[in-house]
Amino acid sequence: MNTTTIAPRLEFRHIGKTFPGVRALGDVGFSVRAGSVHGLLGENGAGKSTMMKILGGEYIPDEGEVAIDGQAMQFRSAADAIAAGVAVIHQELQYVPELSVMENLLLGRLPTRFGMVDRRKALAWTREKLNALGVDLDPRARLKSLSIGQRQMVEIVKAILRDAKILALDEPTSSLSHRETEVLFRLVNDLRAQGKAMIYISHRLDEIFELCDAATIFRDGRKVADFDTLEGVTRETLVQRMVGRDIGDIFGYKPREHGAVRLAVKGVTGRAVPQPVDFEVKAGEIVGFFGLVGAGRSEIMRVVYGADRRLSGEVSVDGHPVKGSHIRDAIRNGLVFCPEDRKEEGIIGVRSVAENINISARRNHLTAGLFVNDRNEARTADTFIERLRIRTPHRRQEIRLLSGGNQQKAVLSRWLAEKDLRVLIVDEPTRGIDVGAKNEIYNVLYELAGRGVAVVMISSELPEVLGVSDRVIAMCRGRITAQFNRGEANEENVLAAALPEGASATPMRNA
Amino acid sequence: MTETNAAAIGAARETQADRRRALLWQIVDDYSLILIFIALFAVLSLTVQYFFSWDNVVGLALSVSQIGMVACTMMFCLASRDFDLSVGSTVAFAGVMCAIVSNATGSVVLGIGASLVAGALIGAVNGVVIAKLKINALITTLATMEIVRGLAFITSQGQAVGVTSEAFFTLGALELFGLPVPVWITLACFVVFGVLLNKTIYGRNTLAIGGNPDAARLAGVAVDRVRIAIFLIQGVVAALAGIILASRMTSGQPNAGEGFELNVISACVLGGVSLMGGRATISGVLVGVLIMGTVQNAMSLMNIDAFYQYLVRGAILLIAVLVDQLKNRRQSR
Repeated sequence: MNTTTIAPRLEFRHIGKTFPGVRALGDVGFSVRAGSVHGLLGENGAGKSTMMKILGGEYIPDEGEVAIDGQAMQFRSAADAIAAGVAVIHQELQYVPELSVMENLLLGRLPTRFGMVDRRKALAWTREKLNALGVDLDPRARLKSLSIGQRQMVEIVKAILRDAKILALDEPTSSLSHRETEVLFRLVNDLRAQGKAMIYISHRLDEIFELCDAATIFRDGRKVADFDTLEGVTRETLVQRMVGRDIGDIFGYKPREHGAVRLAVKGVTGRAVPQPVDFEVKAGEIVGFFGLVGAGRSEIMRVVYGADRRLSGEVSVDGHPVKGSHIRDAIRNGLVFCPEDRKEEGIIGVRSVAENINISARRNHLTAGLFVNDRNEARTADTFIERLRIRTPHRRQEIRLLSGGNQQKAVLSRWLAEKDLRVLIVDEPTRGIDVGAKNEIYNVLYELAGRGVAVVMISSELPEVLGVSDRVIAMCRGRITAQFNRGEANEENVLAAALPEGASATPMRNA
Repeated sequence: MTETNAAAIGAARETQADRRRALLWQIVDDYSLILIFIALFAVLSLTVQYFFSWDNVVGLALSVSQIGMVACTMMFCLASRDFDLSVGSTVAFAGVMCAIVSNATGSVVLGIGASLVAGALIGAVNGVVIAKLKINALITTLATMEIVRGLAFITSQGQAVGVTSEAFFTLGALELFGLPVPVWITLACFVVFGVLLNKTIYGRNTLAIGGNPDAARLAGVAVDRVRIAIFLIQGVVAALAGIILASRMTSGQPNAGEGFELNVISACVLGGVSLMGGRATISGVLVGVLIMGTVQNAMSLMNIDAFYQYLVRGAILLIAVLVDQLKNRRQSR
């Protein structure tokens, strides 16, 4: 109290943010010193990304404020944040793929000569800056010709060139190769030496230990722990604070009987699945697929369902072969799929909840084999709205106006309305959904499995995979690397099987 | 104390007023088009001489009958997030085809049949290219619009083809129960396509595809098949419109139906069909067609130069789109 402290470079003060139906953040605060890297940890949906969007001016907090050098800021837009020296680099990068590195870096302020772009000057300037930063990129290369890692590098360079003093990186390494990760780390270390304040979000704890000076852990929109230093902090401590509860509780798993093999996948390949993949799922079994982003989990399931072209291999349900690249044949065989990207591929936003629920099973209850039976559809819709507790004012509400969890429940209902459901594949069923709705979705999966449906669940949340599955399959770089029965699977062995060799399983320093 | 009470009562009153206002808005929203049409009709009846007479109203209906029937199928096209610019050329080609085949074979029935088959073929080509080859509908139908117009000129050698058979003219001129046959056909189209849109899987799937084609596909909708069907049916109905037009003009004219596609699309948009797909009502399209026809008819009665009618039509379309946009913005908030 009696010592005058210098204000931290960046401070979040009592931030709160509510979305319809979800309290994304509640009274969260932490601060980041200049010249330090601050780790931000938490499960998906813990509120990290919301916080980053508030920092970047994309969301306006309902409560609290962001302060820079002790000065409260009022960001009304992304432009305000940029002007204040903040650069947030999201997982989805923002660049112009058709333009070159140079043009992307100089976008909006290309040097001109007699009204024409002065390419020579621009090129020299870009070369000089890239060299100074030790980034090995051709200024003339088009962004679309670069690897994801290189594009990310361009994005970071762009932020640095804007003289950002605060940099936030949201899962920067999720799609980087080992070498690219090394370059990124070197850059981050240089920036720290230059006195930048950085926030680093990652699920990979090794990276947090490697890079970060301090860390904050979020859980369900609240701050649960602050570490001023990571000296002496163990991995176990971090995981325990992140998960923060007995995993078994919210998942509510109960063992079930399993029957004969229902879904058999043999030697299946597709354009995004170069190596043949084999696996089987029994009736009544829930199999969790775990892997990092880009491990090929969604890609293989899309081929199995027929959403993407199957190049070779066989898929069968109860011994009946399913035609490749033919969604409707899969559905006829009782094999159905809920995609990962709810908004782009799941819901039909401008249509009603009832329409979205009835879209797939409609053919089963027509009048005179031709006319849609409105009363029947209304009854089906109301049944599922009640059974899955879909929170909507009425069934005629446009589905885009519902929260993510309720949209997901409606998409699931689409398939539950199917009489002869045999295999259900769900891709990231609980992404961006609050805990209560997650629990309801798990219960639907258990109920289906209890009826003998073979369930495949893809998830990037390790606790969820461990908590819900009867069996866990780990994937890495397009291949199945390990299988564990419930009881054998734990965070360590599943994660180890899912991580590429040398990426994180071995300490970065020695690599 | 009394102050806070007064404030509370004030607030309550305000919310009640708000609620009443919201309800009023809802009603205006839902029936805005029909209200506009009724108001328009009433004003014109009172101000424009000869407007409010049975003969004029029948004439009005006849004048929009071609646009009306093609608007029914264009509604499906737009509702599925597609576009069709080729209908105007199809109208012309079908008329020419019908005249040539009728003259050559001496059979009007064969002429009509040949035209309808030609229309179906044009639609099928559009549909297959768009659905299977994944070429943008705007580009595809722009190309077929040119090609089919060219075919109309080539087959007719650039001349209007007169029809010799008397039977052919009755199609456009005959009256049943006081209404001309083309008006009956158009009404039938509205009924059939209304039922198709609202009561069949085909209609529901059309809206689903327009709302989100990827999601519809993953939900098991036969997206390609529905899209091809939409264009094929559109081709047939456009050919039907062409036959009726030729019958009314007593000849197949290769330059008929120029700008027809835009009038049809305008009527649909005026009727609240979303160009983003997924939203369409048959009653909206009917009213959209009627508004277009009414305005045109009134302008003719008022002896407004045909050149100015273009301006008025364009202005109406812009206003309609603007209103739709504002409505959407309010809803999404």
